[in-house]
Amino acid sequence: MLSINDLRASIEGKEILKGINLEVKPGEVHAIMGPNGSGKSTLASVLAGREEYEVTGGNVVFDGKEILEMAPEERAAEGIFLAFQYPVEIPGVTTINFLKTAVNEIRKYKGEAPLDAAQFLKMVREKAKLVSMNDSLLKRALNEGFSGGEKKRNEIFQMAVLEPKLAILDETDSGLDIDALRIVAEGVNSLRSPERSTIVVTHYQRLLDYIVPDYVHVLYKGRIVKSGPKELALELEEKGYDWIKAEVEAVG
Amino acid sequence: MSTETIDLKTRLITDFHAREAVMNGEASSEFHQKKRAGLALFEQLGFPTIKHEEWKYSNVRDLISVSYDFNAESSIGLAELEDLKVPKQEANILYFVNGRYKAELSTIISPVEKITISALSEAYKNDPVKVASYFNELTKDANDAFTALNTAFTQDGVFIHIPDNQSVEHPIILRFVSDAREQNVGSQPRNIISVGKNAHVKLAEAFRTLGDQRSFTNSVTEIHVAEEANVQYYKVQNESENAYHVGTTQVRMLDGSHFYAGTVTLNGKFTRNNLNIVLDGEHCDAHMYGLYFPDGSQHVDNHTVADHQKPNSESNELYKGILRDKSKGVFNGKIFVRPDAQKTNAFQSCKNIVLSPDATMNTKPQLEIFADDVKCSHGTTTGQIDEEALFYMRSRGISQSEAMSLLMFAFCADVVQQIKIDSVREYLENVITQKLASK
Repeated sequence: MLSINDLRASIEGKEILKGINLEVKPGEVHAIMGPNGSGKSTLASVLAGREEYEVTGGNVVFDGKEILEMAPEERAAEGIFLAFQYPVEIPGVTTINFLKTAVNEIRKYKGEAPLDAAQFLKMVREKAKLVSMNDSLLKRALNEGFSGGEKKRNEIFQMAVLEPKLAILDETDSGLDIDALRIVAEGVNSLRSPERSTIVVTHYQRLLDYIVPDYVHVLYKGRIVKSGPKELALELEEKGYDWIKAEVEAVG
Repeated sequence: MSTETIDLKTRLITDFHAREAVMNGEASSEFHQKKRAGLALFEQLGFPTIKHEEWKYSNVRDLISVSYDFNAESSIGLAELEDLKVPKQEANILYFVNGRYKAELSTIISPVEKITISALSEAYKNDPVKVASYFNELTKDANDAFTALNTAFTQDGVFIHIPDNQSVEHPIILRFVSDAREQNVGSQPRNIISVGKNAHVKLAEAFRTLGDQRSFTNSVTEIHVAEEANVQYYKVQNESENAYHVGTTQVRMLDGSHFYAGTVTLNGKFTRNNLNIVLDGEHCDAHMYGLYFPDGSQHVDNHTVADHQKPNSESNELYKGILRDKSKGVFNGKIFVRPDAQKTNAFQSCKNIVLSPDATMNTKPQLEIFADDVKCSHGTTTGQIDEEALFYMRSRGISQSEAMSLLMFAFCADVVQQIKIDSVREYLENVITQKLASK
């Protein structure tokens, strides 16, 4: 489904990703962990098409298509979804209107007829229930005045509506208390399916108690330096990142 | 060739004297004396140059470089006006063609006990003392060449009176049409609106142009807001690429009254709006909202004044603009708090999005506060579209152009939502959506 090959990217001339290799198969959950500044969020941003980053090498193939030349909206239409670490507040645009535009733009991309208002509302209500999203938030301006938890839940709600093939969760746990974390994780789990893959980017292990990964990768200094089963996350939790750093320095 | 070298000012002054010479006894009336004083002031001031502080960023050189026919006849009839109609508008619709009120084209649906509407000339005939006393009453201290010019050449605008305690259900829409199909036309409508105590009314002035020749509109509207009255007043400009517009709205508010203004400039080559509100009463509140979208080489200048003369009143102002191409925008907002006006609250904000490196926006808040127990604030921002918001929307599958439109529409929304005449607001939403999608 997703194949990242020797991906290199830089921002303002500084190389952040120094050759990433990763294979994600349908239905798999991959966790990407690593100390601050290791390039985790950069990887998520580059996959979603954030333009501040310059890709300097490698390629990314998603569902048989090379995506690095695609605009962010094309990637979204192909089925890539990024749940933002810091969801943006957009005054004046209601969540419902925003999502209706998104759904119909993606349908247009796929050559499908737009949903009418009634079909759309019905679908949205079902999805809202699925992720315990309060209906009243839908009519409010997108993320404006939402609490941290509400913003993150809104991300998962949008994911439920857009039904991506690949969801990338960028530090979705940051700023959440344990209750909010559980609700968000339940939302993500309810969307798991044999066709949908997930990349969970996180600094801490605690999110992985709820969203259990198939694989854990450690990103350090722009490279994946260690990969393993879910137990690797527990080891990191217990021992911190220093031993990984030491290993890398010893080899390097 | 000699006539071409005579400038607009000289031509206008000559015109005035020529017309005065053929007047009968009317020349000695109070009404005419006010016009003559207007001419004298105009003669003294002349058209402003950019050396004039109030016109620093708005150059009228181009506006006054040609002549205009201020007495152009127009064949416009209901058929042409049909095209300019706004859908689903259940309102009193007053038509003005080249600055003159056309009763025969207008439709008044509110009952006569709620509103009196008549051409200024007719109102004057019926009650010369009263109408002459209203005429130029609010603008008499304006040291402004265009207002003086309008006073001197006042065309037959309209006199509207809402009696005390009347609530006018249907809005009153003043539709000004410049017929520039054949020649350069000038119009100088003067409207006087008197809203009685505790009366409620919604008004709108809409400006349109027919044809591609130049039009020059120099309008003045004086609005008297009596005690406890509630007035909503909107000005919508959707004129041609050859339309030059200078307009002044002068308002006086008395105790306990409420005034809401919305000024939306959709299109026009050169636009200067003066909105001057004198809060001459206690416990008044004045609200000013503005929106402008210049593109190409258009120029939009909004000058506003909130003049607090009495204690315990509030003014609140929000202007927003989106500038493209080589357009220019100007905002000058003055707040005066006079020595008596303790406990004044006055707020002002002007926010702009500049989408092109060749577009410019000049903003100047000007607060002059002579009382010590007041709350005043002002702020201006000029920036680009929020890139992070744009990326957020695109990451959900929304194309860049659609995302831009949505963001810009959202930017305008808090002003558009203030327009409380549904048909006008819906019209604006449609035109703005088209305009934002066009690039």
